[in-house]
Amino acid sequence: MKRLSILVAAIALGAGACGTGSSPDAPPPSTLTTTSSPVSTTAAQQETTTTTAADQAFPVTIEAPNGPVTIDARPTRIVSISPTSTEVLFAIGAGSEVVAVDTLSNHPTDAPTTELSAFSPSVEAIATFDPDLVFLSFDPNGDVIPGLEALGIPVILHPTATDLAGAYLQWEQTGAATGRSDEALALIARIRQAIDESLSSVPDSASDLTYYYELDPTYYSSTSSTFVGELLSGTMMTNIADPADADGFGYPQLAAEFIVGSDPDVILLADTKCCGQSAVTVGERPGWDTVTAVRRGAIVELDDDIASRWGPRIVLLVEDVVAAILALESVDA
Amino acid sequence: MNAGRPTSTHLRWWWVVGGVAVLAMSVIIAVMVGPYALSPVAIIRSTLGRLPFVSLDSGLSDQGEAILWQIRMPRVVLGVLVGSMLSVAGTAYQGVFRNPLADPYLLGAGAGAGLGATLAIAFLPASSAWFVDPLPLAAFVGALGGVFMAYVLGYSVRSGRTAVTLILAGVAVAAFLTAVQTFIQQRQSETLREVYGWILGSLATAGWSEVTLVLPYVVVSLGVVLAGRRLMDVLAVGDVEASSLGVDPRRIRLVLVLFATLGTAAVVAVSGLIGFVGIIVPHTVRLLTNASYRIIVPLSMLLGGAFLVLADVLARTVQAPFEVPIGVITAFFGAPFFAVILRTSKGVVS
Repeated sequence: MKRLSILVAAIALGAGACGTGSSPDAPPPSTLTTTSSPVSTTAAQQETTTTTAADQAFPVTIEAPNGPVTIDARPTRIVSISPTSTEVLFAIGAGSEVVAVDTLSNHPTDAPTTELSAFSPSVEAIATFDPDLVFLSFDPNGDVIPGLEALGIPVILHPTATDLAGAYLQWEQTGAATGRSDEALALIARIRQAIDESLSSVPDSASDLTYYYELDPTYYSSTSSTFVGELLSGTMMTNIADPADADGFGYPQLAAEFIVGSDPDVILLADTKCCGQSAVTVGERPGWDTVTAVRRGAIVELDDDIASRWGPRIVLLVEDVVAAILALESVDA
Repeated sequence: MNAGRPTSTHLRWWWVVGGVAVLAMSVIIAVMVGPYALSPVAIIRSTLGRLPFVSLDSGLSDQGEAILWQIRMPRVVLGVLVGSMLSVAGTAYQGVFRNPLADPYLLGAGAGAGLGATLAIAFLPASSAWFVDPLPLAAFVGALGGVFMAYVLGYSVRSGRTAVTLILAGVAVAAFLTAVQTFIQQRQSETLREVYGWILGSLATAGWSEVTLVLPYVVVSLGVVLAGRRLMDVLAVGDVEASSLGVDPRRIRLVLVLFATLGTAAVVAVSGLIGFVGIIVPHTVRLLTNASYRIIVPLSMLLGGAFLVLADVLARTVQAPFEVPIGVITAFFGAPFFAVILRTSKGVVS
């Protein structure tokens, strides 16, 4: 099942369901990217206050998922082979120390993108940048971490978060590893508050709604047990994919019949950039015109990148979904 | 052929009736089975209600009607078309190359179509920018290239040439084309998943638009091979004999290969690469009837459709609600079958 493993890799990388869709003919970005972003503006502000960070004490030891990682001095040459880590590093003001990021790290746009591959990371290629700290989300063959460690390069593995607490812990560790604990904690507090605020506006009636979350046009979906599913459980809507995931894998492929038969009230598309899906293309699918979400126009075109990562921009995703719920409710009222 | 001299050359009516019955049964099973429960009564009422001058309420919800007519039906119809086409293409390749092991998948047609499609996905602008979807066309050119390379390589072997030689050539060509395709795919990581989805294929997202896309190609290709089935019997006796009967073997081969490949590429473009159908079905027909191509071609068409529709039922039920790629199902049955054919076909081909 090669296809499935590609999907798993894409999820692990936060690569979007089908890649990053950086081609010029990609569909216009959804409203998410155009929404005024509290995160990106604050990231820019953080850049100017980096001088205070050097005060924090080194060496530090990070209890990373790949074991304790000791960093002797404040890193000045960071390589990120994870689009999520790249976003976090820039959001906490460590962007100036990042010397190289992988091909999929497309946010922020001034990140130093290189040819480094996140799908098949190469120890040698990473080492050419002479890093003093490497962030990784995925070690497909289990040889990159030992390889970098053998070269004396500290490496922190931050795999796909399964819930918000896990994401926050990774951000906190990213802060500690780069001498920016204060900035990281402030970022976490800010995002937590923004998400809470957004979710608090969801009316109780939303618990009667169902939603379908689409990862790609062959109907792979995310259940409530995944990061994004857990995030959206705050909206109280029911995920139609949950009953289809008996073995708890988290990313079942749904049959078209199943989706149409489930008649979701809201459809969330996380395959807009990769695969050109939109409210229009969904409406054109055979039989889908009978689905409540299509009839009522409750189709949210998410930004694949944001939806597949567990960085600070997740707040935009929550806000977009909540806006769709509020729009539905206001029609009902 | 390994089955020896055919004993029957006339298409008996009970075979046709039997083939149609098997196909009809498969279609009925496939329409009834699915993740969304539709009662047989509702299906019958809904079907009757669609007839002209009949007004009948099926009792199905809007979603139920949509599932039956816009999701399940086109999938079944497409399964029939794809299965018929692959079986008949396999039969045609076997006749043309006088090789019992020939199959669109093993001859490099599949890999060629995959490379053609990958090139189209990677380097051509988005499909919506084109008046005609260039994907099937690119797949056709690639498939033709694959078969041509396998043929040239296989027949360049001068001594000790057997039925296996062409297949080895096909495997080598397929490996090479797949390597090129993988390389391009890795270079274009943003289209990686689109390409994979295409190559492993699925009838899962098929609608009537896919049916209308392949229908003309399939009808023309099936028609040409059906019309040429008598000539395939002539080819089977040898080129010299065929020429003495006033038939140009090279021209027949060229026409049959062209149309078998055209049909293959068209169905591959909507269903992805599905292997071994072209081996299993014609050989089963041959074993059952011990007949000539005059009989094998039409029966392969009927039973090929039935086989793929049933394979698709398995694909969506064995691991429900997950779907197993249909190519996995056909390979699961086809590869052991291929091994048996391989063991029994020792004949040296000319």
